[in-house]
Order: sequence, then C-alpha cells, then structure tokens
Amino acid sequence: MRATLAYASLRRHPMRTLLAVLGLAIAAALLIDMVMLATGMRASFRSLLTSQGYELRVTPRGTLPFDTEATVGSAAALVASLRAHPDIDRVSPSLGSTVQVQRVDRARSAFVLGTQPDVQGEYTVIAGRAPVGTDTLMREVIVNATLLTSLAASVGDTISVTTGRSAQLRIAGVPARVLIVGEGRFLYVPPGLPAFSAPLVAVQTFLGDAGRDRISLAMASVRADTTSASANAERTEAVRQWIEQTHARVTAISTETAIVQVEERLAYFRQLAFILGALSLVIGVLLVTTLVSLSVNERLGELAVLRAIGVPRVGVLQQIMLEGFILGIAGVTLGLGLGLITAQWLNAILRDFPGLPADLDFFVWSAEAAWKSLAMLLIASTVAGAIPAWRASQMRVAQALREEAIG
Amino acid sequence: MSGTPLLEAHNVTRRYRSGENNVHALRGVSLSINRGEFVAIVGASGSGKSTLLHLLGAVDTPDSGRVVFEGRDISTLSDADATRLRLLRVGLVFQRFYLMPTLSALENVSLPMAEAGLGKAARRTRATELLSFVGLGARISHRPTQLSGGEQQRVAVARALANQPALLLADEPTGELDAATGAALIALLQQLNADGLTCVLVTHDAALARSAHRVITMLDGRVVSDEPATPTDA
Repeated sequence: MRATLAYASLRRHPMRTLLAVLGLAIAAALLIDMVMLATGMRASFRSLLTSQGYELRVTPRGTLPFDTEATVGSAAALVASLRAHPDIDRVSPSLGSTVQVQRVDRARSAFVLGTQPDVQGEYTVIAGRAPVGTDTLMREVIVNATLLTSLAASVGDTISVTTGRSAQLRIAGVPARVLIVGEGRFLYVPPGLPAFSAPLVAVQTFLGDAGRDRISLAMASVRADTTSASANAERTEAVRQWIEQTHARVTAISTETAIVQVEERLAYFRQLAFILGALSLVIGVLLVTTLVSLSVNERLGELAVLRAIGVPRVGVLQQIMLEGFILGIAGVTLGLGLGLITAQWLNAILRDFPGLPADLDFFVWSAEAAWKSLAMLLIASTVAGAIPAWRASQMRVAQALREEAIG
Repeated sequence: MSGTPLLEAHNVTRRYRSGENNVHALRGVSLSINRGEFVAIVGASGSGKSTLLHLLGAVDTPDSGRVVFEGRDISTLSDADATRLRLLRVGLVFQRFYLMPTLSALENVSLPMAEAGLGKAARRTRATELLSFVGLGARISHRPTQLSGGEQQRVAVARALANQPALLLADEPTGELDAATGAALIALLQQLNADGLTCVLVTHDAALARSAHRVITMLDGRVVSDEPATPTDA
C-alpha cells in the first residue's frame, strides 16, 4: 500500500516527476561515465600491455617504449642474454623507424617495425598472413589499414620502401620492392599513423648503420609461477632487477610500473573524473531532496490525515523515502543507457587524440564499477528523501490538522 | 445504549501556539460519554470543540488532566500506542474529507486495513461491503475527484469504519455539504449509531446537533451545557 501511495504521489505531477527523473538520469549517466573513465584507462592500458603475454619491456636507458628514436646496440647479444635467463620464457625484439613508402605515384612517410614474426607481440593479423623470412633482404611486409588506404593498396600489391626522401617527397635512394602479404592491427601504433612490419633482420639491414644490430625495444615474457599472483609479481620484479643490473644500457619496465607511469601522466583525467562523479552524486541528492521536499510541503495536510487515521511515523517515513527510491530507480535505469551511449561517443573523441595506441580505450565498461556507482546514486537518492520524510513523520498531527483547517 | 462510559475527560486543559498567539483552547473540561451514545459538541468558532475532539481521539495530548478511553488513560500514551489506538479503535471523519486524491474509493477505504495488517483479499471484501453500505457500491473504482462532496464524505465514513472502531469522531462532517447531502450523511450516522457505534460530532449544523442524543455546548474552552438533545434545541 505504501508503494502504491508513493507511486501515486509521483504520478500526481507527471511533468515534475519526469523532469526529476531526467535530471537524475543525467546525473547517473555522468557518474557512470566518470567511473568508466576513472577505472577504464587503467584497465584498458593493462589489457593492452598484457594482451600479448609480455610482462617486461626493455628499452634504451631512461626511455619509454618508442618514446624517442633511441635504440640499443649489440642487440643480438642482449636478446641472447635475456633468452638465456631461466625465468624468461620468450623475448620479442623490435626496431622502429620512419621510412618512405611509395606505390605508383603515391608516396608518404610510414613507421616501420622490425619484428621476429614467430614471437612478435606488436600486431595481430587481420587479413593475409605475417611476413616470413630470415634473410637480410626485405621482401614481405604486413601493413596497417591506414597505410593501405593512403597508398590505395591492398594485400598482394608491391610497394617501394626507402630510407631517403627527395624535396618533392618522392622516394630517393635505392628502394626495396616489397610485397604486402597481410593487413595487421598494430596494437601500440596510433590509428592515424601509417605503419608496416617486416622481419627484424631485414629492417636492421635496410636501415644501414642506424639499424645494424640495434633494437628499440625487447618485450620479455616471464615464466608463470603457478603458486600465486603475488609470487608471479615477485618473480617478474626479480627478473626486471636482474636485467637492469646486468645490462646497464637499458631500462626494464614491468607492466605494473608502466601502468603507474601512465597513471601519473593521466592523473588529471582521473581527478576530473572523480570530481565530476562526486558532483553528479551531489546533483542527484539535491534534485531528489528538492522534489520530495516540495511534494511533502504540498501534502502536509494529507500526511497529517494519514497519521490521524493510524499510519505510524515509520509508515510516513517509508512512503516518502519510497518516492525517492522510485525516482532513483527510474533515473538510474535511464541513466545507465544514457551513460553507455555518451561513453561510446566520448571514447571515440578521446581516441582521436594524436599519438595514442589504437587499442587504448578511455571508457571501459566494468559491470562491478557501474553497479557500485549506480547503487551509490540509488542509495543517495533514497537517503535524499529521508530529510523531508523525517520532517513529515515528526509533524504534530493536531497542529497540522488545525493549520490545514485554517487553510 | 449501555450505561458504561466509553470515554471520559477529567479536567482537561490544552494550550497551543497559533502564530504569535498563545491559545488557551481548553480550560478544565470534564465529560463522560457512554457506549452507544450519539453526542454533538457545539459552540462558536474558537470555543475548543475541535481541540477537544483531537484529545478524545488520541490525536493530541492534554497539558493537564486525563482522557480515559475504554478504561485506559490515553493522555500519556506513546506516539506509537496512540497511533495504534487511532488505527484500531477510533474512526475519524473530517470536514474536508481528506481522502487520498491519488487512490480510488476502494483503496482509500482499504488503507487503514492495510495498516492494521489485513490481507489483500479481506481488505477488498470489507472495503467493498463498507462502500456498498454507504451507498457507493457502484463507485468503488472512482477517485475522489470523480466523486461529489457527499460521496467523498461517505467514502471518508467508510474509511473511518474500516477497522470496526468503538468510537467515531467527526469534525464538522456536514460543513462542506449542501443541505440535502448533509441530511443524507446525518441519516447514515444515525444508522451507524443505531447499530451500536458511539458517535461524537463537532458541528455548527443545528440539524446535525438535533439528531444527536446529547448536546454539549462549549464556550471559551469550557463546557457550558451538557443536556439531552430536544427538538427545541433547534
């Protein structure tokens, strides 16, 4: 009966109720978006770093992966040393540089990534296959969609690659003629950057002195310790320290460290997210408090009569708090859908920022985080009704009836 | 009508603030109402009639003195106990009906029964019976706004009877009704009283006062007369 009364009371002013629900929905959408933003970047970055199973990234000392054009020399010895470590399972070395590519009359700069196709963790094959070959001549490449589009090429076409460029932006020097054998999605390459990959030795040779026995990055996978996650983390950290102690020219970064570094760089987003999330909660509470207070003030006489005919204080309290709860349920349900739509839209905008990996998302759906935040808003909206509900339940019945009779 | 008192007030006083004013509404009122009586309380505006009615119905508590209902002092009851007493033993009818505007007649009558813990089916059956009794059997689904003033007041009477109270208190029940509708309501109250229900009414309505067994007249917070109703009271 209390639910009936609460629902009926909200239906009495449909436009007011609708506006309150819309307001709550917007607050809920903002809250869920901010929670997705605050927790999503971390989750997405972790997913990106661990997707290929490598926990450690070895870079030239003091740099982040592909942050600069710095490379490490004596790469073969370094990689061999890493592969010899008993706790290291796999090592994927890679070398990146900028080169010129041309097909027919279309020429442009592109990012070339030399990798060892059997262990590489830089791209996934979308169409065709990965390049193969261990000789020093670059014969086959896998390219990303951006490069395919910009050259109007497709898998099976041949393109020219050179390290030099003329004043007319044409290929200069002796070009290598390479076959596009596949289309790949490059995990750490920004979506707008044309990129391709070829076997590491071929790229090293192709780049001449700049590439000879050099790498930009080596990713290492640490053998899993099956006992516990913390044992795994300890083992990874031990290997990381061993790498830095053994090879003074490099920095070894674990996934956890990388996440911390990224979080430090993106702390602004998280702070903004928390502030806006908290604001949306406050807005939700104020909305419900205002609406329920208004409704209670209009119905003081009616509530006094309810008390007079035997409805206990707790009954009045429950009925009015139910109104806040119903508003909250409606607002949160609508806000969930609204939040997911706006998150997709905002994510698309933020992913267009230059220099970000294609697979990095800012807004990541986390059921637990979403439910928790929406439950928080629901509780807040219910509790927001508590203040006017408490006031109504504590009214002096006789006085309220007298005042109501006077009008 | 039996001779045992259902309700007694012993030297009851009540003051309250109304805006800037301190109102001395009741100045030592004593009375006794037997089971089955039909009592009208009359008096000028501000004489303390409604305040007395609130005290008799455990809606309010006196500053001093005692109100005894069914042998129990109700002037010192806790809010929860007073609420329970109003729910189960006292039926209240107001001048402005005060039905819940968003509920149907049936739901309005069912409300006190729901509070008393009666099951849904039993509530519906009894509420339908009560509405039929007050002549609204065909209008149980109507909202208050779809009913006339007289019909709304009859729904209010049905609501007051929902939990089979021992006492019906009505504050100016015909105050908002035209003469014909008021007369029909008076007839309904007389019928209820004839069936054994104790009724206490506050009224300005001379016709309603004449229909009672007894008329208590109040002036400035005091009972100035308490005598059987006679045709000459009109």
